[in-house]
Amino acid sequence: MSRLKKFAVTVGAVVFWLVVWEIIALKIDSDIILVTPIEAARRLAELLTVGEFWGSVLFSSVRVLSGFALGLAVGTALALVCYKVKFVKMLFAPLISAMKSIPVASFTILALIWIGSKNLSVLVSFLICVPIVCANMTEGMEQLDPKLSEMAKIFRIPPLRRFVGVYLSQLLPYFRAASRLAIGLCWKSGVAAEVIGIPNGSVGEKLYQSKVYLETADLFAWTAAVIILSFLCEKLFMLLIDLLYKRVEQL
Amino acid sequence: MLKAVNISKKFGGNIVLENFSRDFPDGKTAVILGRSGCGKTTLLNILMGLLPPDGGEVLRDGQISAVFQENRLCENLSAGANIRLVTGGAIADEQIARELSAVGLSDCMKKPVRELSGGMKRRVALLRALLSKYDILFADEPFKGLDLDTKQSVLQYFREKTLGKTVVLVTHDSAECELLADEVIRL
Repeated sequence: MSRLKKFAVTVGAVVFWLVVWEIIALKIDSDIILVTPIEAARRLAELLTVGEFWGSVLFSSVRVLSGFALGLAVGTALALVCYKVKFVKMLFAPLISAMKSIPVASFTILALIWIGSKNLSVLVSFLICVPIVCANMTEGMEQLDPKLSEMAKIFRIPPLRRFVGVYLSQLLPYFRAASRLAIGLCWKSGVAAEVIGIPNGSVGEKLYQSKVYLETADLFAWTAAVIILSFLCEKLFMLLIDLLYKRVEQL
Repeated sequence: MLKAVNISKKFGGNIVLENFSRDFPDGKTAVILGRSGCGKTTLLNILMGLLPPDGGEVLRDGQISAVFQENRLCENLSAGANIRLVTGGAIADEQIARELSAVGLSDCMKKPVRELSGGMKRRVALLRALLSKYDILFADEPFKGLDLDTKQSVLQYFREKTLGKTVVLVTHDSAECELLADEVIRL
């Protein structure tokens, strides 16, 4: 399928579901239960002109992305240790499994007790990101081709060039897949944590207020904002990784 | 200098090499000829230092280069980058592109290796070995997987590039042996 055709199909699918949403909302005919997509878009457009909206977006973005970045660094470092020392891998295996399956709500309540609500989304995003990155990167390291290491030894390739050309080129696809999965989950869980912890000035607080005041249009507008933010962050980060990939590919 | 002294190797109960000794003359091409499974690759890997012998020793001096039995290319790197990986800044990109053209890979400089065919990958692996700085070149069936026409031109290219160099080449093809060998070792 050509890129244009693929794009057209995607847009068509989105339009189809918006129409379904519009029809259902019109049938229900209650702004509290379900607003129309047009109403949600109108509310989002209104919010975009308010300074407070951007303040909340900045508040949550900084925290979610900080947790994500920290998670990437710690997850990768932990993967390296797990790969090098099998005992550490065995030691961390149950912890990583537990981190993968513990509900976000449990993390959040615990984090609230430990650090309060202001930086809650940093910790929750971090805790969501670490096991994903660690598991993927450990697998990537275990898949490193030992015959390429032998090749590098035979040709006496210097350490930095060896790291980039032989190892990084093999690990980047794993890093890309891990970060793509993690960034979306960080947004999802980070905002969910804010809804529970209600830190002042966060996107989660706004979502919570829309629930309290039964402002369904606000709820949809803020949800759309989170989806857009998550989508943009993912695209931007993937673009950065692809640029790095291209650099490595041409060495 | 390359010298094998009483090399022995067995896998399980199967003796592959027994007291193999040889002086490989400098600047000459020695071709190890033999049927499949007779221990040619094992001998080459021992000479390269990739496999320890059970007995005997290898005396070797200088930088080595290799065309391995498998290509051992970095699949996510371009053909040019795979060569640059071993040559560093010693050879300019323009020259690498010219050498790629000489073996029929004119458009492959920036193409990731994963997108190349088996025969194309083999030529990149061969070129990588030939363009790296070396005193001794080890080549394990370097023309494997090439069609007849390509093989003829690549054989010629290989001969020109290795003239006066110390080469140990493994093959089971007597035509390759006839064209390239200064010395034949039958296993």
